[in-house]
Amino acid sequence: MTPAIEVKQVYKRFGTMHALSGVDLEINVGDFFALLGPNGAGKTTLINILAGLTLASSGSSCIMGHNVVTNYREARRMLGVVPQELVFDPFFTVRETLSIQSGYYGLKNNDSWIDQIIYHLDLTDKVNANMRTLSGGMKRRVLVAQALVHKPPVIVLDEPTAGVDVELRQALWRFIKQLNRDGHTIVLTTHYLDEAEALCSRVAMLKQGKIVALDSTRNLIKSITGCSVRLRLSPDILPSVLQPLMGSYDEGCYILAVNDYSQIESVLAALRVAKVQVLEMQLLQPDLEEVFVKIMGSAENLEPV
Amino acid sequence: MSGFYTLLYKELLRFWKVGLQSVFAPMLATLLYLLIFSHVLEKHAQAYPDVAYTVFLIPGLVMMAMLQNAFANSSSSLIQSKVSGSIVFILLSPLSYMEIFLAYVLASIVRGLLVGIGVYLATLIFFEVPLRSFLWVFLFALMGNGLLGALGIIAAIWAEKFDQLAAFQNFVILPLTFLSGVFYTIHSLPSFWKGLSHFNPFFYVIDGFRYGFFGVSDTSPYFSLAIVTACFLTVSWITLQMLKTGYKLRH
Repeated sequence: MTPAIEVKQVYKRFGTMHALSGVDLEINVGDFFALLGPNGAGKTTLINILAGLTLASSGSSCIMGHNVVTNYREARRMLGVVPQELVFDPFFTVRETLSIQSGYYGLKNNDSWIDQIIYHLDLTDKVNANMRTLSGGMKRRVLVAQALVHKPPVIVLDEPTAGVDVELRQALWRFIKQLNRDGHTIVLTTHYLDEAEALCSRVAMLKQGKIVALDSTRNLIKSITGCSVRLRLSPDILPSVLQPLMGSYDEGCYILAVNDYSQIESVLAALRVAKVQVLEMQLLQPDLEEVFVKIMGSAENLEPV
Repeated sequence: MSGFYTLLYKELLRFWKVGLQSVFAPMLATLLYLLIFSHVLEKHAQAYPDVAYTVFLIPGLVMMAMLQNAFANSSSSLIQSKVSGSIVFILLSPLSYMEIFLAYVLASIVRGLLVGIGVYLATLIFFEVPLRSFLWVFLFALMGNGLLGALGIIAAIWAEKFDQLAAFQNFVILPLTFLSGVFYTIHSLPSFWKGLSHFNPFFYVIDGFRYGFFGVSDTSPYFSLAIVTACFLTVSWITLQMLKTGYKLRH
């Protein structure tokens, strides 16, 4: 099956700066995919290359099998991008903005789909308001709506929840999850790793223009062995046999690192022997954030470019 | 509605929404030029025999207003969307570079014609302006507006900031228009300046346009039309290359 997005050996240089150094990436149709990485890792550059806003120095990219340079018209029809920057055309109302955007794709009689988008993004009250008069959150909604007017099979959201309130964030993800269930491929970048963990089935991590991790979210989290136990004890003394497990001491709680769940039993046994009572116990599972920090740390020694 | 029609519609809607500033203000400015120059120079200047100076001035002023507004339309629309970033909505769409080019140039032509027709009709209230050949008038209006519309695209793509665009407008477009024979016939110039004027493409636009009104001109209208058409095609080709390669638009 043709992948939704296929990136092969893409390099991008801006003068002497290497923004992307040989990126290979395949995203399958129907994936909910996260593109993660610190600021300046090349996420937006990669998205811009897919969207045709930036031209790669070398390598090729396809959207649903259409090359983004040689077959740009088909590729762009397949792709909806929500840009990171809050941009808008100050001359028009929300409704005008959306019907003009839809017209660029040569779509006729698209009003019923536009009405649906407006409804799902809760823009109904603002359809006749000029773009200039909208708040930041409302402008963000219109940006999302503009990316969806042509019902693209592949939707890319570049930090869609940066500076967005809880209500919109929830409404947005509800709508995007619905689109994913309907078969749309979703790619997002975000700095909120809990968000990526909750939503995305696959993750790529970028660092200094290279992909340093690419796997399912579950496998990535599984790659971190062990977990942590957080204990509040009475008396507040950790028995000496447990000292080697000690991770940190924080607000009256000991955080112990254990290799697996069975080790918890021996920890509790050791506490019983030492006649120490457990007042509070909490299991801390590894999460995507931990994986991210670990991978970004270990990838520290990429050759300087 | 194909993508091209939508972009054209959007460009027309854009200037129409600010019509007071984009159509009526330049009409007023041009009529003021006419009022002042005709008052000062009517008794002192005569360009062609049997043509009063004020009447001679009218086609030149009409064309000047058209050229400036055709340039202003494509250039200000593009630079605004470039600086604000809203140009991404066009760049993300499947519009071809040819569609983008045609939509911007046609919108420029429409705005230029609206201003030009407005000025012309207003002058008819006060003066009797002959119209020998509508075809010549129309051809030169079309070519002149198209040329400046395309130049506006080039200038706005090249400029990174508003002041760079203003520099292009003030140091290139404005002198070329003012020195093209709007206010005089080049036969009245010293021979050096007269020779130099022949290198100004705007001179042929105005001279040919004026021929359509009076049936008299400094140069043959066929020659002028050939020059203007060649300029339009060259500038269009450059504009299309810029759009095709994504020069300063797709980094």
